[in-house]
Amino acid sequence: MDEILRVEHLKKIFNTPFGDLHAVDDVSFSLERGKTLGVVGESGCGKSTLGRTVLQLIKPTSGSIRFNGTEITDCSVQTWKDLREDMQIIFQDPMSSLDPRMAVWDIIEEPLKIQKKLSKNDRYQKVRELMDTVGIAERIQYSYPHELDGGRRQRIGIARALALEPKFIVCDEPVSALDVSIQAQIINLLMDLQKEKKLSYMFITHDLSVVKYISDEIMVMYLGQIVEKAPSDELFSHPVHPYTKALLSAIPIPDAHSRREKIRLKGEITSPINPKPGCRLAPRCQYATDACLSPQTVAEIKPNHFVNCCRATFENSGLL
Amino acid sequence: MTDHAFLEVKDLRVEYTSDKQIIHAVNGASFSLEKGETLGLVGETGAGKTTIAKSILRVLPDRAASIRSGKILYNGEDLLSASEERMRSIRGNEIAMIFQDPMTALNPTMTVGYQIFEAIMLHNTCEKAEGKARAEAMLEKVGIPAVRYHDYPHQFSGGMKQRVVIAMALACNPALLLSDEPTTALDVTIQAQVLDMMKDLKTEFQTSMIMITHDLGIVAEVCDKVAVCYAGEIVEYGTMEDIFDNPLHPYTVGLFHSLPDMSGKRNRLTPIKGMMPDPVSLPEGCFFAERCPYATEKCREIHPQLEKADGEHEVRCFGKENGKHG
Repeated sequence: MDEILRVEHLKKIFNTPFGDLHAVDDVSFSLERGKTLGVVGESGCGKSTLGRTVLQLIKPTSGSIRFNGTEITDCSVQTWKDLREDMQIIFQDPMSSLDPRMAVWDIIEEPLKIQKKLSKNDRYQKVRELMDTVGIAERIQYSYPHELDGGRRQRIGIARALALEPKFIVCDEPVSALDVSIQAQIINLLMDLQKEKKLSYMFITHDLSVVKYISDEIMVMYLGQIVEKAPSDELFSHPVHPYTKALLSAIPIPDAHSRREKIRLKGEITSPINPKPGCRLAPRCQYATDACLSPQTVAEIKPNHFVNCCRATFENSGLL
Repeated sequence: MTDHAFLEVKDLRVEYTSDKQIIHAVNGASFSLEKGETLGLVGETGAGKTTIAKSILRVLPDRAASIRSGKILYNGEDLLSASEERMRSIRGNEIAMIFQDPMTALNPTMTVGYQIFEAIMLHNTCEKAEGKARAEAMLEKVGIPAVRYHDYPHQFSGGMKQRVVIAMALACNPALLLSDEPTTALDVTIQAQVLDMMKDLKTEFQTSMIMITHDLGIVAEVCDKVAVCYAGEIVEYGTMEDIFDNPLHPYTVGLFHSLPDMSGKRNRLTPIKGMMPDPVSLPEGCFFAERCPYATEKCREIHPQLEKADGEHEVRCFGKENGKHG
């Protein structure tokens, strides 16, 4: 297997005046080259923190991140400088991630200027090419972000991320702020780019329908932990963890005759500060028993299908 | 049976003025709503959905917006020509609105209980103690323990704040509820809880509702009728089944094709190309012609009218005659 990224026992704990906030708690996964890993979860589950920690935008508390075989949590500054070009991020809100005082052209050119590898002429060619790739018309090169609509702004964010020809991109909710018809345009663009440039994506979103569409493998997160991880089709056809099931049944389906079983979670997400040992979903789970209050282990119930739930593991143990 | 509909919006036109430019936000929207029904107003950002709702309540910003023409008949009474005094007695009492962002809809300096109490006292002549009891009962109804009456908005999570806003809107038992993207700011599992609750309350109180949303899934879940908005006009109107099973307007068809399919195979998405026309300078013909795969010369020159397709199903498209629908 050609791995581009391997993350092991990654933890990020923020110290707050109220106690330790477990944003990412013992997360392990790997990503194959040219594939997409979807990360799904609700606000506050740590999915964005995970994406940023992987890129070292936030320093992890503990754990290991290997990118292309190199450990990046404690590598030298020079190694890191070289590696960083290969790792980029596309943010959710293109308005706040683009400098309002810079014109479109300057925004896309900036990474190339900092990199100092291309001459002025080559840079000019490269920016042209990038604008063409993501479908930004030449006439808006002098426009400022506020003059453009959400779809175009997001295209600029993508062009900027592509400027240094990265191998791996963290897409942090790149389409959540867009209207459906524009959303489809951007998703298609991201998938075309992946095919063309052999990119690997870590696609973070709360929208299950989008993640199903774009991902090869999906990881469902709840309060900093991975509760279920499986290939995309497997996760949607055989969800096992009660949280995954609830999440799936909560999506309103655009079909006039859809009648399906609804699993509703009780109450709201509990605090990630000083969480109790045991399953973190237990207070909201309709199947919770005493066994859920002791620490849970991740089990592989089918090849590549991992689940973190004692009940689900028990029920599916006959399947192996 | 009365001879007029419960709510009827006729040829509503609203303009905004900004930087000496005239923005045509709503361009002749017409629809009607019967008692107890839920109408879904669907469309993208800038389609004029919220402006329509705000016109019904007459809460558009005075300086920037002006209602050019049209009638809004509520039980036969034209709200656009009603006195301000009359509107004050309607707002929050007979017609209430739930806004998208619960954080900005609540006053951060007042307890949530008081904000519900305030709405009740304004429209009813009752003792303070009774008002408070009713406010507490409303909180319980939306699933918030009455002991939290004296808590402030920042002490609640997003889902609970939206419940408070809903409790406030329903406090006076309105006949019509305008919900402007009530669950967009919420997580899916919380959205499911809030939608379930709204459906229950609607049945319990027999409230008519206009549900503004961009999410076709929500429409399928809660609406009886659907009006699809595009560039400030209604391009297709019909029962929920009409729209979902037999969409006629190319824009509606395009919306469905833009959605990732949850059940079947992963095909390439077919988005609608291009973007909504600039509301400052709308084209002469069909507003959708630029993006429409079936557009003809006629579509670019003449503006189509909303015409009956079958039963209650109406569509604003010449393709109906040509038989060229998606």
